Amino acid sequence: MTTLISYTIFFASVLMLVALGGCFSEHSGVINLGLEGVMVFGALGGALGMRYLANMPPFMMVVCCMLMAVLFGMVYSLLLAVAAINFKADQTLVGTAMNLLGTAGATVIVKALNMAADPNNTSSEIVYVQAKKYFMVNILGLEISYLMFAAVVLLVISYLVLYRTRFGLRLQACGEHPQAAASVGINVFKMRYAGVLISGFLGGLGGLMYILGGVSQWKFEVGVAGFGFLSLAVMIFGQWKPLRIAAVALLFGLFRSLSNTYNAFPFLVNLNLPGSVYNMLPYIVSLVVLALTSKNSHAPKAEGIPYDKGMR
Amino acid sequence: MSEYAIEMLHITKRFPGIIANDDVTLQLRKGEIHALLGENGAGKSTLMSVLFGLYQAEEGEIRKDGKVVHITSPNVANDLGIGMVHQHFKLVECFTVLDNIILGVETTKGPFLEKSEARKKVMALSEKYGLQVDPDAKIEDITVGMQQRTEILKMLYRDNEILIFDEPTAVLTPQEIEELMAIMKNLAAEGKSILFISHKLNEILEVSDRCSVLRKGKYIGTVNTKDSTAESLSAMMVGRNVNFHVEKQPCHPGDTVLSVRHMSVASKAHKKMAVNDVSLDVRAGEIVCIAGIDGNGQTEFVYGLSGLEPLAGGTISLNGKDITKASIRQKSVGGMSHIPEDRHKHGLVLDYSLEDNIILQNYFEPRFTKHGFLRRKAIREHAEKLIEQYDVRSGQGPITTARSMSGGNQQKAIVAREIDREPELLIAVQPTRGLDVGAIEYIHKQIVAQRDAGKAVLLVSLELDEVMDVSDRILVMYEGEIVGEFDPKTTTVEELGLYMAGAKRKEM
Repeated sequence: MTTLISYTIFFASVLMLVALGGCFSEHSGVINLGLEGVMVFGALGGALGMRYLANMPPFMMVVCCMLMAVLFGMVYSLLLAVAAINFKADQTLVGTAMNLLGTAGATVIVKALNMAADPNNTSSEIVYVQAKKYFMVNILGLEISYLMFAAVVLLVISYLVLYRTRFGLRLQACGEHPQAAASVGINVFKMRYAGVLISGFLGGLGGLMYILGGVSQWKFEVGVAGFGFLSLAVMIFGQWKPLRIAAVALLFGLFRSLSNTYNAFPFLVNLNLPGSVYNMLPYIVSLVVLALTSKNSHAPKAEGIPYDKGMR
Repeated sequence: MSEYAIEMLHITKRFPGIIANDDVTLQLRKGEIHALLGENGAGKSTLMSVLFGLYQAEEGEIRKDGKVVHITSPNVANDLGIGMVHQHFKLVECFTVLDNIILGVETTKGPFLEKSEARKKVMALSEKYGLQVDPDAKIEDITVGMQQRTEILKMLYRDNEILIFDEPTAVLTPQEIEELMAIMKNLAAEGKSILFISHKLNEILEVSDRCSVLRKGKYIGTVNTKDSTAESLSAMMVGRNVNFHVEKQPCHPGDTVLSVRHMSVASKAHKKMAVNDVSLDVRAGEIVCIAGIDGNGQTEFVYGLSGLEPLAGGTISLNGKDITKASIRQKSVGGMSHIPEDRHKHGLVLDYSLEDNIILQNYFEPRFTKHGFLRRKAIREHAEKLIEQYDVRSGQGPITTARSMSGGNQQKAIVAREIDREPELLIAVQPTRGLDVGAIEYIHKQIVAQRDAGKAVLLVSLELDEVMDVSDRILVMYEGEIVGEFDPKTTTVEELGLYMAGAKRKEM
């Protein structure tokens, strides 16, 4: 039972963080389909931090790794910002390209670093056994990483920023009706950059968090196993609203963690279903949920449409 | 102090290949309502864009209170106290009225928004000027009239002194137009200076103090409205005398051509039916007009009729033949012509040539196709004939790309194509939308000629003048249902307005 809870919280906080990232980007009017790639790069930044900064004092190292993850995520998301905002590229295509490039690029970088250190080591793996321990804290028998606290704090901040601040009001105006925003003197380009960069921030942090779950090394060839896409489903099911996103993330996290822990529940074992069914569960659920909810979706109206001054 | 709030002197603005404003002068007195009149393409929008800082003029200067100012961006215009109600509202639909008003000039307390002061100010303003709004209602839930009042409050909240109204009445019911006129007079009485852009003469005559006229980018003159008539203004606007009244003989309806029974069409926007149990007949030799405010199911009704949307229920018959399940091609060959509401979306293939657009519905006939190949020569001859007959003007004749033609000529091409097919039933949806007076006159004549030739005509229009002038019978549509039938000779615009707004209905 404790494992189920700890896995659920873990998966839920990753999904929530990344979905919140997508939420900011979309509220500014840019669809960030490249969250998967952003996560991979965030993970890469964090993993490199854990590898090369392992000798720093634990607290400093944790902070620096988080900064690295955030920085990598933001720089990577700049690709989307430049292509979609400056060059008005098709956001779906850019996002897809970013996802392909994310895993491949990270693999190339890690392999190059590994081979430079040891010519016989051609793996795409980064090991961070010691560094990982600094991220973890044991509460009531649950292994929890500090990042989960960060996730909760960021949820509260996201909610306040979106609904209670001037920035949030303006950001949403840009995603709903950029011409209206521009007509009252708001710089749509700047706001959209801000939206995309925030998604890079949260997505990158989510990537780092993901590779800290359970394991102590990461093989970058596997990317982040569709978590970026799952987060998009969480965001849509959460109707672009932070609190709903948090709730949906918990639900998805529960389904996802069942695949790791179903052995512990006699009645699930008695069902005699193959383990892959539980592995598939979150993805099947997201397909079904999206198919059922897409009709009543409250997506920002102008998302995905490049801002054009001349349009009315 | 200058007597003028804003002056635009000798403004010239060129675009590649065209002079949009040629030495235009516009002087707005303090506290007056000044109408800017001109046909589509006369340069009104360009002039306002220059005033609003969206374009920079090549020549001329702008003065505010007698001092030269350089308006380089909309923000500068805002700072100078110039506000504009755009023709297409600039409102965020999922925000509240209050959020829309404060957007861009929000007050904050610490990191958070502070709205209570703003709310007080908005309430005070709406009290003072008689602009009833609910500050906490969402834009998507309120009427178009209330949305417009929100736009006006947006300007007042920013303490704008110069208010520009760009075609503000296009989307309103007659009653809402009355209210708007009263609000505008009220604002002017409180010392605001108002620029009122329109091509509706009766509104200009009713509300404005002076009127400046543009024609083809040139400044024609400024007149005192009280010394003017609709005829004199329109002569200035088009450069010749225009016959407003549509000439037509009494109608002699024949047999029923179109018969619709209990038609329903599902809505894409909400769960209710967009068209709900509508039955109507159109007879040969009469023009039946469906009047109503935009978005009350007229579009969906025509989609259902023409086959662009599936029916949720009901039957359609044409000349006694059931065509409920017929394909679009079968309907078209069977005698239904359709001048669509959106000429770009459903009327033309914009990147095709004019001649290809003309044969879109009958390219497969033997006269245009032989053994599966198009007979280019026959198509060219046919196109040239129609272009000549209907006076469709374009740069290169039959091979002109449709996209490069003016809206009026695109519409003429569609009218030519649809009428030339000699239909039994002509469906015309807002056939004169966005056209200038000359083109409107022409298209109305063609529609009446079809009626006189014994065809059945179903006209859908949002323009009440058109409804009253052209039709022989009026049906008012409200929320997907026909709520009244009227004879244009005995009804009034005011009466229609009550039905269009849903305030009254007849048992049909």
